[in-house]
Amino acid sequence: MNISHLRRLEAESIHIFREVAAECENPVFMYSIGKDSSVMLDLALKAFHPAPLPFPVLHVDTTWKFREMIAFRDHVTKKYNLDMHVHINQEGVDQNIGPLTHGSAVHTDVMKTQGLKQALNKYQYDAAFGGARRDEEKSRAKERVFSFRTDKHAWDPKNQRPELWSIYNTRIKKGESVRVFPLSNWTELDIWQYIKLENIELVSLYYAKERPVIERDGMLIMVDDDRLELRDGEKVEHKKVRFRTLGCYPLTGAMESEADDLNGIIQEMLIARTSEREGRLIDTDTSASMEKKKQEGYF
Amino acid sequence: MAAIDPIQNKQLMSHDLDSFIEAQGSKSLLRFITCGSVDDGKSTLIGRLLYDSKLLYEDQVEALKEESRRVGTQGDDIDFALLVDGLAAEREQGITIDVAYRFFSTDARKYIVADTPGHVQYTRNMATGASTADAAVILVDARHGLQTQTYRHSFIVSLLGIKNVVIAINKMDLVDYDESVFTNIQNAYQNFAQKLGFEEIAYLPISALKGDNITTQSENMPWHSGEALLPLLDKMDCSNNKLAQGFRMPVQLVNRPNLDFRGFCGTITTGEVKVGDDVVVLPNIKSSKIQSIIRGRDSVEQAFSGEAVTLELEDEVDCSRGDMITAKDARCEVSDQFQVNVIWMSESPLLPGRSYFIKTGNQTLAGVFTALKHKVNVNTLEEEPAHSLELNEVGIVNLGLDKPIPYEIYEHSRELGSFVIIDRITNETVGAGMIKFSLRRAGNIHWHAPDVDANARALIKHQRPASLWFTGLSGSGKSTVANLLEKKLHARGKHTYTLDGDNVRHGLTKDLGFTDADRVENIRRVGEVSKLMIDAGLLVLSAFISPFRGERLLARDLLDDDQFIEIYVKASVETCEKRDPKGLYAKARRGEIKHFTGIDSDYEEPINPEIELDTDSFSAEECADQIILHLEENGFLNAPD
Repeated sequence: MNISHLRRLEAESIHIFREVAAECENPVFMYSIGKDSSVMLDLALKAFHPAPLPFPVLHVDTTWKFREMIAFRDHVTKKYNLDMHVHINQEGVDQNIGPLTHGSAVHTDVMKTQGLKQALNKYQYDAAFGGARRDEEKSRAKERVFSFRTDKHAWDPKNQRPELWSIYNTRIKKGESVRVFPLSNWTELDIWQYIKLENIELVSLYYAKERPVIERDGMLIMVDDDRLELRDGEKVEHKKVRFRTLGCYPLTGAMESEADDLNGIIQEMLIARTSEREGRLIDTDTSASMEKKKQEGYF
Repeated sequence: MAAIDPIQNKQLMSHDLDSFIEAQGSKSLLRFITCGSVDDGKSTLIGRLLYDSKLLYEDQVEALKEESRRVGTQGDDIDFALLVDGLAAEREQGITIDVAYRFFSTDARKYIVADTPGHVQYTRNMATGASTADAAVILVDARHGLQTQTYRHSFIVSLLGIKNVVIAINKMDLVDYDESVFTNIQNAYQNFAQKLGFEEIAYLPISALKGDNITTQSENMPWHSGEALLPLLDKMDCSNNKLAQGFRMPVQLVNRPNLDFRGFCGTITTGEVKVGDDVVVLPNIKSSKIQSIIRGRDSVEQAFSGEAVTLELEDEVDCSRGDMITAKDARCEVSDQFQVNVIWMSESPLLPGRSYFIKTGNQTLAGVFTALKHKVNVNTLEEEPAHSLELNEVGIVNLGLDKPIPYEIYEHSRELGSFVIIDRITNETVGAGMIKFSLRRAGNIHWHAPDVDANARALIKHQRPASLWFTGLSGSGKSTVANLLEKKLHARGKHTYTLDGDNVRHGLTKDLGFTDADRVENIRRVGEVSKLMIDAGLLVLSAFISPFRGERLLARDLLDDDQFIEIYVKASVETCEKRDPKGLYAKARRGEIKHFTGIDSDYEEPINPEIELDTDSFSAEECADQIILHLEENGFLNAPD
């Protein structure tokens, strides 16, 4: 009997989680609250059922996430009894780094990339699970499932370890680490299908609802709190919107939508003609920008 | 531009999202690799597949058009290669240096494409892409015909176990869609491919750039009647009939959250398993039954090949990471010595005698390459002598592991016959290996001149040494009776030793297989060892099928006349097959073991054995007593005169 592609992907991801649990000393689950993280968490829980998750969960909080995201994170932590670590780059907070004052590049680097490095160094994690998929972006299409990082957290794309079959080399020296991507071979459609099939709970931001938004730089930005100061000519409108990807609210574009349930979202996705990452400001600099960020240590 | 859009069409037609999603979710998955020489157009082909199956979003198409104008090589046309050459270094150099994985789907299937580099210095990347692929699309430039790289790529593809290939003769537009160009290349490849063991080869004239024979049959080549590439892939049958091999699950992890639960986690590589099934844990051969199967959060009655599950066993058997749970009647082999194919992937060469980490699907072991037999010229497929393997070279090597592992040969199972080689110092993955077969190698032979003679040794043991040679079908009870007899003799203070397949195959006759020549050599060695032990004064119990009279005569001729006692352990084939303690008859019936005595190889009954035991009618206990009686009556259990 041949199992369907979704079951094949599920089994592959579970195999990856178990391999890390068996071979790595101090793994951590990088949780970003989004749909990919939710699917990844569901797979991790399944990999070890009926045991609880055998590793902690880490959320690098930039302090600019949507409030609904933080509420959902706390809800999930409680629901699955997760060992949740929240890390905030205190240096960045002390310097008042933010997307509105310092721009997306500086904010992302300090609060996200540097924050992540701090957390990894602090807890000495030797393996970190991330929810990246190869269909998202060109440089990710070439990244390994087990992606080696130097002790400076740098990725060397031209010197990746060969990765054959489903045999993963987890051996590293002290200070080095691996980023592990159990969803490497999933596509966006696979993720949505799986969410529906397995009835996976998602943060409400994915569903259309009337929300206060402004139009800025061609994107609809939600006014999630009073830190977002209006510029001349901007005015808050209440529109029925939802989000295709989630991040820091001032950097994340909303889309107008009527899709307030899962079927609606999938239907919209199927006829969408704009790729997922377009809603993220961080990609728009140069075509090789993600690769550059990853070399510097971005997840 | 001919464009299919399965997703939209279906959705707009049906409006039934739930059934649409269900259909999407139950599609099968096909992974294929594209390879070929540097400018054969691999990236262009994949870009074309993505573009034609409408899997590009508007912003990606816009970015592509913009980049095509800026850095493209196709003038004002879209340069599809830019879609897939992801790393900045690649785009600057205009080549593909690493495996890129791409995704698209049709009505029939989901596809994962591994786009792999063409240069010889990236052979390792190609092997990486091929290792997970079900099929290969090998591109050939119609203008240049078969190149050295075509041969190398075809070899790597076959080495990694891919059985279905498409030879896509590309750039037909540049040779005016000339049929003779296509036919000549097809003939040349057919000739070459005979050595490679592919099961299905399809030949297809295409133009990736112009879209000929990609999604639909090309109007420019009416002379070609075969299907276009995508329909061809949609219908390709890459199933390898895994069910027939019997249930196997390598244990990846033991899940023990509390004292009440002990589950063995792993992915089923072949076969299926049901609650209540009899299983054996290898390599230590512990029997139990399946108590429960957990898949995801659900308890299920049955699980299949490819699924990641957690199994509970009924008994408290010793089982840990690295072990394998298999069907009791279809277990796999265990060995620590292998002949393997190795693809070397490191700048520092493979050196025989050096220790490496060997990582299989579920454990990391220490291993030494004991001998480099030869390397294979990847361009000509010729064998060449070698003392080391350099980067991107392929060789046949003998491998010794620090402990025995359950395995299958690579040809039978990619999951259970493969491993990667890891440098112990740098932790780099330095090579990939595929098991060809298990080796059985003889140890060193040391001869010590005797100071005390055979009679003297026998005297202090109060016995007359002899070789008790048990012969009979597999499952007739040779080992059982021998084992019981040895216990009885031991209880009487007699000095004994048992030689059987289980202990000699691990060392003495490790290097031998089951050809006729090897069987003879096997018996000769056992006979020689028996002779030494008899010289030492022991009662030697040898339990071997030894089906041929010639072999048994060979063993007898090594000894004095009264030292050889032939014991015929008699049982019908039907009885033996019913007992089948090692599951070998089942295997032989499935054709997995050739030349199996009683099934497709003859057993020659002894004509005048010293003792004949009828295990159909008598118990093992009674049989052992019958032998004791014979030994007593013939003075073997007393000191020699």
